[in-house]
Parts: sequence; structure tokens; C-alpha cells
Amino acid sequence: MKAGFDISPELFDAAAKEDKNAEKIRRPSIRYWPDVWRRLKMNKLAMTGLLLICILGVMSFVGTKLNGFTYFEQNYSLINSHPDSVHWFGTDELGRDLFTRTWFGVRYSLFIGIMAAFIDFFIGVLYGGIAGISGRRIDSVMMRIAEVIYSIPYLLVVILISVVFSQAGQGSSMFVLIFSLSLTSWVPMAILVRGQVLQLKESEYSLASESLGADKGWILKKHIIPNTLGPILVNVTLEIPRAIFAEATLGFIGLGLQAPKSSLGTLANSGLAGLPVGNSYQLFIPAIFISLIMFAFNVLGDGLRDALDPRLRK
Amino acid sequence: MENVLEVKNLQISFKTFFGEVEAVRGITFSVGKKETVAIVGESGCGKSVTAGGIMQLLPMPPAFFKGGEILFNGENLLEKSEKQMQGIRGNKISMVFQDPMTSLNPTMKIGYQIVEGLMKHNKMSREAAIKKSVEMLELVAVPQPEKRINQYPHEFSGGMRQRVMIALAMACNPQLLIADEPTTALDVTVQAQILELMKKLQNQLGMSIILITHDLGIVADMSDRVVVMYAGQILEVGLTHEIFASPKHPYTRKLLASVPRLDMNREERLHSIEGTPPDLYAPPKGCSFYDRCSEAMKICKDNMPGFDERSRTHQSRCWLNHPMAQKRNSMNGRGI
Amino acid sequence: MMAEPLISARNIKKYFDVAGGKLKAVDGISFDIYPKETFGLVGESGCGKSTAGRTIVRLYEPTDGELIFNGINIFKLSRKEMQEARRDFQMIFQDPYASLNPRMTVEDIVAEPLDIHHAYKNKSERSDRVIELLRLVGLNEEHAMRFPHEFSGGQRQRIGIARALALKPKFIICDEPISALDVSIQAQVVNLLKELQEELGLTYMFIAHDLSMVRYISDRVGVMYLGHLMELAKSDELYSNPVHPYTRALLSAIPIPNPDIQRNRKRIMLEGDVPSPINPREGCTFVDRCQYAVERCRQETPLFEEKSAEHFVACHIV
Repeated sequence: MKAGFDISPELFDAAAKEDKNAEKIRRPSIRYWPDVWRRLKMNKLAMTGLLLICILGVMSFVGTKLNGFTYFEQNYSLINSHPDSVHWFGTDELGRDLFTRTWFGVRYSLFIGIMAAFIDFFIGVLYGGIAGISGRRIDSVMMRIAEVIYSIPYLLVVILISVVFSQAGQGSSMFVLIFSLSLTSWVPMAILVRGQVLQLKESEYSLASESLGADKGWILKKHIIPNTLGPILVNVTLEIPRAIFAEATLGFIGLGLQAPKSSLGTLANSGLAGLPVGNSYQLFIPAIFISLIMFAFNVLGDGLRDALDPRLRK
Repeated sequence: MENVLEVKNLQISFKTFFGEVEAVRGITFSVGKKETVAIVGESGCGKSVTAGGIMQLLPMPPAFFKGGEILFNGENLLEKSEKQMQGIRGNKISMVFQDPMTSLNPTMKIGYQIVEGLMKHNKMSREAAIKKSVEMLELVAVPQPEKRINQYPHEFSGGMRQRVMIALAMACNPQLLIADEPTTALDVTVQAQILELMKKLQNQLGMSIILITHDLGIVADMSDRVVVMYAGQILEVGLTHEIFASPKHPYTRKLLASVPRLDMNREERLHSIEGTPPDLYAPPKGCSFYDRCSEAMKICKDNMPGFDERSRTHQSRCWLNHPMAQKRNSMNGRGI
Repeated sequence: MMAEPLISARNIKKYFDVAGGKLKAVDGISFDIYPKETFGLVGESGCGKSTAGRTIVRLYEPTDGELIFNGINIFKLSRKEMQEARRDFQMIFQDPYASLNPRMTVEDIVAEPLDIHHAYKNKSERSDRVIELLRLVGLNEEHAMRFPHEFSGGQRQRIGIARALALKPKFIICDEPISALDVSIQAQVVNLLKELQEELGLTYMFIAHDLSMVRYISDRVGVMYLGHLMELAKSDELYSNPVHPYTRALLSAIPIPNPDIQRNRKRIMLEGDVPSPINPREGCTFVDRCQYAVERCRQETPLFEEKSAEHFVACHIV
């Protein structure tokens, strides 16, 4: 054996013990969420979506103040004015500034979407979690109830509620809208959570926890929910555009937010009247914003799903 | 002895987020005709990556060949196209995996899967291929082969499935069989059956076997020569009896001492190897076993030892082989 | 000669309802475990050894039988009493990748039993105890803030052991704790278990399919086949003088890591595989693979009897 350097006999002395470290972990420590974030960042489309959401979010507050008009201020000398340097998105049939009204619409639409998704999350996780962790009998009763609720056509419910609560012909209040939107839509979340819980309940770490003396609540809180957060988050992200779209639909058929408040759906609804008389911008501008929001949340949700997928994790 | 396979300075790495993981770091070994070579080592030592490399079944990327060559009958497999490899895989070189369920198609009848390979590689007619498939199942002692040929993988027990896998691998009469932990998923009584079967088939059909395993008992039972791998390198090669009777590398010695044997005294303490193998994302500069070696010397930390080539059959990669180490050891009264 | 048993299992049964009938995973097993000994339970996959372990700690509700631990029948305790009783017996799981919650730090994993039983007064006492436990299994505080996926299999299994030791239990069920580990790491974990047993006076039930390792670590060994105990004896006695045909075949099937011995051994080859445990027939469960089987073996299930001193066998022909 040859070596390319001078070997001094001392080199063959026993190595010092503290010089060796076989237990040391050399890789950098990676936590779960930063790792998810890293993978999400590599997804260009999802990042575009996230950026778009941020811009829309900020603009829904800043944009309403940019050109000095308010959403309710009517100017009868300037009705149905096309977009120009004063009214950037034009005005509506009452002469209200559409630029300001659109950003208000974005704000209310986002708010309704996020609130509805939050309520879905809250009820869904609670309901699904309880169904999953309880025994077989309670589980099947709870799931049958959920299925019955889910089988009620939501539009019907919403129309009924709106009719009951709204002042005739004037649309609904924010609370009624959010309430009716989340009345049935928490069920898919509950089903998702229940499935995850049933699966994770059998995992060895849950069994280990049980063998340590933990009760069901503990196992749910410490082991099952944290490991379900990923899919739940994806579902929440995708629930927001669903709710926004549902609200827009309601607005479009005249069951939306009470005037003079505007959501993107009610804006599109009133813009519809402008279509035959050459004021198509009144319809297209809110429609474009609805599409943008839908697009942004959907690509972000898809990106999150990919980033969280354990099969892609090393 | 003529060599069927020669692996020369093979280097395989994986590209990951952290950087490059050097899974196989320059290994050289050969497999002779009708010879069984066992590759032993712990998980992560690169033994399965080596097998995947020979078959070129590694996912690329992230895996890539960094250097070296794999000579099969004198031809470098690394220069073959994927099309040419398909003609070699399952035909001249076959592989048996640890879990037969992953390599048998669950939606196809057993018989069809064997027939398909035969028709493709040997240009057999369907009738001839079916006849041969029945023979193969008979050969691996699957009872009622005519009936079983029309069944699906899930209708077979674990041991039977592994037999079918072997029949499938042997159908085209390959020159080289790579068995990657073929019995790890099986019970001992079934394992004994499968190992007997592999020995019998080798005698009858005369193929060479690369047996990848972590079970030293199986190595003692089956192999002619042993390759000991650690952290992507070969630390020791030798004839089976040489490795078991006079292991040269401290790792091999420790490995042998860490297995309880049925014939050992229960009061004896098992020799454990402290710590864990190095992470190949940052492979050590010197000897890869340094951190866990009880005989480590100062030189081992930063200098990679070479192979000691005094014996033609039995070589190890350790600074203890250096004349100066042996001199110092005899002075200190430390025998090796 | 022996003291009172710490654990007496009597006629423990665990059946599962499956499509097509009853899966009799454990079908009436009885044994004693004495303080500070290691009781080994071996058998091939599907023989019910893991189910037996999980039934004993009531991770599965037992179908029948009783388990006396320190004079109390564990199977009769209410849910609340059971949670308290679990302090005394712990479990180490087979798969060190699945038994640690990937979202928790090592510190939180090891401290989980302490959290559940409120076994500390303040944060610093908690972290001191965690570090003490990590040191006990050869890790240190440097590892406390890391996550399970950063560790090797052996290290993870040691984290699992540290967690099991947190409440100072008397009895630990080791459910195949080493079968997912590499050879050199297996010795590490087994040595650690042995040291801890001496140091802390633990009693183990060691479940495994690796007979050489079970022989090495256990004082007494029981051999299971298809839900039944076939043979039970002191470790050395069982291995030097196996009586049941199944035990004999099992022992002869283990390859010995010594080419000279291994290649010259006479081996008993068993035909076929383990049959299905769903709706088993009357009679000895081993009858289809047994070369000594007689008509009686098909008719009646053999009793598990003490054939010689402390050597129990269930077989008609011995």
C-alpha cells in the first residue's frame, strides 16, 4: 500500500475517542412547514396565485381610496360613463365610480369566501374529528346525518333563508349570506377529516400514545389533527374560491349583498343590464376579477397539494 | 475462471435538495461463471443501488452514473441504449426482489406474465411459451402448475409468490440472477425452502448469482465469495470461508460478532457497533468506518486506506494492513 | 425456586370479525412472567404473537381470558383505571418509522408520557428528565430539538425506548423491536435493553421472529403457531432439547452464520405455508405440515401441558 505523503509512525497511534462522533447528525435540520414552503416556492404557478391573492387583498383596502370616490356616491351627470382618466373603470347606471365599487366588491367577496371557509374548517374538523375518534356506532349515525344535510340542494336553502331574512327585494345581509353558504358546505370537510382520523387512529404513534395512557381527546389533539393539517389546509384553500363563486352566483341572480354594498356577483348582476346598450365593461370588469380570484386560489390550492404530498417527500 | 460480470470503479450518486448523495463510491468486483457472490452490508450501504445500477433500473434523475463501468460478458452496460437494455433485462440478467408483490402485476394472471417474457425474448410461439411456463412452475415446485398458471398473484401465499418470481426470473435462462434480499419478507421455514430451491436451480441451470442480503446466516449457506459493503464502498472481499474464519477488516469482524448464534453461550455479550453509518451526503474524507471503529488510528481520520493486495482472493481496505501499523501493534502487544 | 409471577396470562383469546368468519388470531394462550426476567415469544408472521402483545396491554380489547398483573385482573379495569394502570406497563413498537409522530420534536415525543400523567412540576424539570432519558439510551440534548425523520432506524428505536422508560414502568412489551433494524444496530438495541433491565429492574416480554436473538435475550421462550402456544421452556432447554415437531423444524431452518456448520447441517424442511387463521378446524393447528401427524392430531386439539419440569408442550405424540 502506498500513500502519497510521508507517513509518520505516530499516525498509527490509536485515535482519540473524542475525535469520533458516530451519533452526530450532519444534515441540516428541516422542519416540516419550511420544507413545504420550499417546495411551494419552486412551483411558479402557485406562487403567481399567492402573489395575486396578496395584491388583490391589499388593493381591496387601498384601491377603494385611490381615486377619491366612495362606493355609494351617486353622480347623475356621469351615469354609464366609459372608463377614462377620472373614472378608471367607468361608472354605473347611478353614476357611482366602478373602480372603487370593484375593489369593495373584491373585499366583500374575499371576506365572504374566507369566512365561509373558516366556518367550514371549524365545523368540519370538529364534526369529522368526533365522528372519526368515536366508536363505530356514533360514527355511522353522525355520518348519516351529514349525508342527509349534504343531500339538501344548497341553492334551495340559500333562497329560502334569503327570502326569510332579507328585506323584500333588497338582497341579504353579510351574516345571512355567510350562514347560508356554509350551511351545507362543511360536510366534505367533515368527511375528509373523518377519513384521515380513522386512518391515523390506527397509526403506530397513536397506538403508542394510547399505550402510554392517553385518552382519545389527547390523541386527537396531539397526533391526529397535526398530521391532518396538510390536507385540511388544501381543502380550505380550495373552499374559498368555491364560496366566492357561490356568492357571486347568488349575487348574479339577485340574492346577493344588500345595496349599496357590492360584491363582485352583485356588480356583475347590475352590469348585465348594461350589456345590450353597449356598456359591456360593467359586466366584464367584475367577471374578470371573479376569474382572477378563482384562478389564484385554485392554483395555490393545487400547488399546496403537491407540496404537501408525502409521496414527493424524500 | 471466466467472469460473467465485472464492475469497475462504479460510482453512482443521487441529486437531492441538500446536494449530492454519493450512494456508491467507486466499487470494483467481479462475478465468475456459476459463482454465487454475496453482497452484505447494512441498509444505506449502497448494495441495492449497485443492483439497480447493474440492471439500470434506477430512477434517473435523481440518480446518475458518475463514473466507472459495468462489463457484462465484456460489454459495458453503461453504453447500452434503453432499447438494448430491455433485451438484456429479464433475458440475460434477471432480478428477484424482496417483495414479489411489487414486481408481479396484480391484474395479470401468473402464467401470462411468464409467457409474455418468453414470447418477447425467446421469440417463442404462445403454445411453446405456455408449455415452458408450466415447466418453470414445476421446476420451482409450485403444486398443480397447470391450474396455478391461470391464477392471479393475490391468490398465492408469500412463499409461493416468491417461487413464481423466481420462475419468472429464470424462464429465459439468464446467465446472471440478481437476488435482492429474496427471503427477507418470508418466514424462516419458507426461507429455507426458497434458498434450497435457488441452490438446486443453480446446479441445474448453471447461472451466476449476486445475492444481496444482510443476513450472515444466508451468506454462510449460499455464497462462494463475499463482498462487504459499507457507506458506498467495498471494505472487504474474500472467499466465504476466509471472511467467516479470518475477517480482516474491523467492520467485518464487528459485524460477525454482533449476530447472536444459536450455538453461542447466552452469557456472552453481543458486540455492538456503536453509532450509525455516515451520511453519504457528506462522506467522510478518511476511512468511512472511522467514527465507529474501536481500532481506529490517527491516520484513519483524514486518509482513505487502499486495498491490501497481498492475497489474491482476500483483500481488505484498512490502515491496519500497513506494515507500520502491524509493527506498532506488535510493539504495543496488540495482536490483530 | 421462582418468586410469584409478575404477570399471569390465562386462556387469552382475541378474535377478529372478518369477512367469511372469525379470525382467531390468539386462541387461548396461558403463561407466567416472573419479575426481572425476559419472556420471549417467537413464531412466524401471522402466528398471533403481536396480537397477543397488544391484547395484553389492552390496545385490543380481549375476547376472553384474564391477565393478572400485581394481583389485579387488568382485563377487568375500567377505561379510567386502565389509563392509570398503563404507567406500569409500556410498549416498544416494531417500526421505528411509524411509531414516532413525524410532527413532534424528540423532546415532545419523549416527554409525552410525562405530559399525559402530569409527571413534572415545571418546564425545566420536564426538559431535565428528557435529557436524562436521552442520555440513558445513548443520545443527548443535541438531539432533543430534532424531528424523527432526521434519525436513523436505530436512533429512532432508542427514542422509542426512552419514551417507554419515562414513567419508570415495571414491565415492557417489546414488539419486534429490532426486526426493522440492521444487524449491527440490532446488537446495539439488544445490549441497551439488557443494560436497562439490569439497571432498572425491568421485566420484558420480547416478541420476535428471529429465534437466535430471542434465545440470546430471553430467560424463557414460548413458541407460537397459528394462535396457539406450542412449546414453552427455559431458553437453553428449548434450544438444546426442542420437543415439539414445529419447534424443531423452526430451529433447523435458521441459517447459522458459519459456513462449516451451516453447510453440513441436517435440516428438517417443512412443506407449504402457514394456513389461514380464519375459521380454523378442530385438532392441532400444525397437523398439515407435521411429518409425525397421526389421526388423533386431526380430531382433538392437544392440551398445553407440563411434560417435564418447566417445559410445556402442546402435542399428542410426545
